[in-house]
Amino acid sequence: MAEAQTNAGNGTQIPVTVLTGYLGAGKTTLLNRILSENHGKRYAVIVNEFGEIGIDNDLIVESDEEIYEMNNGCICCTVRGDLIRTVEGLMRRPGRFDAILVETTGLADPVPVAQTFFMDDDVRAKTRLDAVVALVDAKHLPLRLKDSREAEDQIAFADVIVLNKTDLVTPEELAKVEGLIRAINPTAKIHKTSRSAVDLSAVLDRGAFDLKRALETDPHFLDADDEHDHDHHDHDHHHASDIHDVTVNSISLRAGEMDPKKFFPWIEKITQAEGPNILRLKGIIALKGDDERYVVQGVHMIIEGDHQRPWKDGEKRESRLVFIGRNLDAERLKRTFEACQA
Amino acid sequence: MPTVAPFDLAGHCVAAAFLDDIPHFALADGTIHRLDHGAKSVVAHDGLLCAAITWDGMALVTGGEDGKVALTRPDGGTETLAEVPRKWVTSVATGPQGAVAYASGRTAFVRFADGKVKSFDHPRSVEGVAFAPKGMRIAVARYNGATLHFPAAEGKPAELEWAGAHNGITFSPDGNFLVTTMQENALHGWKLADGKHMRMTGYPAKVKSWSWSAKGKWLATSGAPAAIVWPFSAKDGPMGKAPVELGTRGNTMVTSVACHPRDEIVAIGYADGMILAGRIADLKEVVLRRGGKSAVTSMAWDAAGIRLAFGSEEGECGVVDISA
Repeated sequence: MAEAQTNAGNGTQIPVTVLTGYLGAGKTTLLNRILSENHGKRYAVIVNEFGEIGIDNDLIVESDEEIYEMNNGCICCTVRGDLIRTVEGLMRRPGRFDAILVETTGLADPVPVAQTFFMDDDVRAKTRLDAVVALVDAKHLPLRLKDSREAEDQIAFADVIVLNKTDLVTPEELAKVEGLIRAINPTAKIHKTSRSAVDLSAVLDRGAFDLKRALETDPHFLDADDEHDHDHHDHDHHHASDIHDVTVNSISLRAGEMDPKKFFPWIEKITQAEGPNILRLKGIIALKGDDERYVVQGVHMIIEGDHQRPWKDGEKRESRLVFIGRNLDAERLKRTFEACQA
Repeated sequence: MPTVAPFDLAGHCVAAAFLDDIPHFALADGTIHRLDHGAKSVVAHDGLLCAAITWDGMALVTGGEDGKVALTRPDGGTETLAEVPRKWVTSVATGPQGAVAYASGRTAFVRFADGKVKSFDHPRSVEGVAFAPKGMRIAVARYNGATLHFPAAEGKPAELEWAGAHNGITFSPDGNFLVTTMQENALHGWKLADGKHMRMTGYPAKVKSWSWSAKGKWLATSGAPAAIVWPFSAKDGPMGKAPVELGTRGNTMVTSVACHPRDEIVAIGYADGMILAGRIADLKEVVLRRGGKSAVTSMAWDAAGIRLAFGSEEGECGVVDISA
């Protein structure tokens, strides 16, 4: 802790984008675009294999994926040891690049990658996680979901989903795939495209983990169950059960102003007890007697919160919280969340 | 009063070292600078990641982002000892009879003086390598423990298990103990004779720098607001003993330590660039450098124990002379 604080003042943190997606979803195509297109930024790229990257660049580093469980008795506290080592090496020569991109293997669990940027003090002092981007193959997603939990995890965990190869499916198939994605992750931004031709500004520099920015830049955040959201009404947990291959569920909670003396112990207890089942959580909390919006986000047991900005005049002071995870007890979460109201 | 001769360079100093009594500063960009009747330098790598001084004190062995293992001498001569194409060489160690060990990915390599290389594959990444003080033996730090190999002989490696990620590794100078730094803020140790475990915990940060005192009686470490110095003179090492806390400061962390070659004195470098010398026996401290712009990353004493070379995160290097 002390070290993180000492180092925090030294310059700005380098943003890190994590690129996930199943084999064949179009990661390499997107990576090659990021490396070759003129967007004014230089990227250091950490890949598992050089593979098909056709670009000769000193800043592409090959790294063996190493998942290390932390020795603290918490099974969900995992980090990527190779990233700690590689990021530390890269950061000794700053000025060569403006941002870091981590490409994971098709079967990779995105959680240890993300947790590395929260759990390792040295990495955290020098870098900040910008967003987790998942590439999804519109044609093959239903099949993938049948045979792999990783494909589902990648979607559940993502901030941005690039729904790729849309030219290979019919509009009906596309709508179904989008429904599937929404059932797993109601809050991610979805960009439909083919040949990974997504606007790079939709993928890079998102600030998805920045408490001040994350919930502000996305006007639809947590609006998944608003009545004006006509795109998909079959997304919430009551309906997810008819999609057989989805094991992740999301729970959107909504309540009035919270009593901070009840809310903070509650969120602490929930994340401790349910940590292994929680992939992501995000929320905007109205605290009684507080003129500022309080924002929270979490990955498994790691939770962060901060004041974001003053409530605007006429803005409804309500609390909204979304959990994405497995085996979460929606009724109990709802009941206990509502019990925290002032 | 100690005097400081600053030597300002640009870039992270990976290692400060005396080679043939000449101060050298190996920077992360791959340049090795030296103060030999004026400032001189040689480019050893495109990106330098790790360094170790040879046992005769006459050369620096380094590993780089360019996949090379290089050997650089105080006359400025540099040669490539080995190469792992397109991979980073993340750890190097020097051994007896000119042997060098290095690691890349999941493989540890030993290069003998005649140029022959032997490799040892592991199921997980090799995070650190070290030579035993006697005999041709290396230790590898890995996930869930350490592995001991005898590179000059055939035979099965010896495995030492302890759950968690082990990063750095060192033998005690008497060869009785093997110690690792961990991803958790802790050290772990094994007494090699009987495999007994030693847990050295309580650090607020990761241990990234350590140094054995003269005769190996103490192991000084970074990772706390003081240098944490563990006693290793007893039969069971530090087991059941509290460490000495040297140079405690309230508002900053120790980032680098270097034990004096003869006396039980530790040079202690901090995150704010300050350097103190602390004596283990009576905890007396002397300021060697008041501070700087960035954390001290590496320090080394000359053979006589009169000059201390230091380097920092932003390249403020220099030599402290304590004889004046």
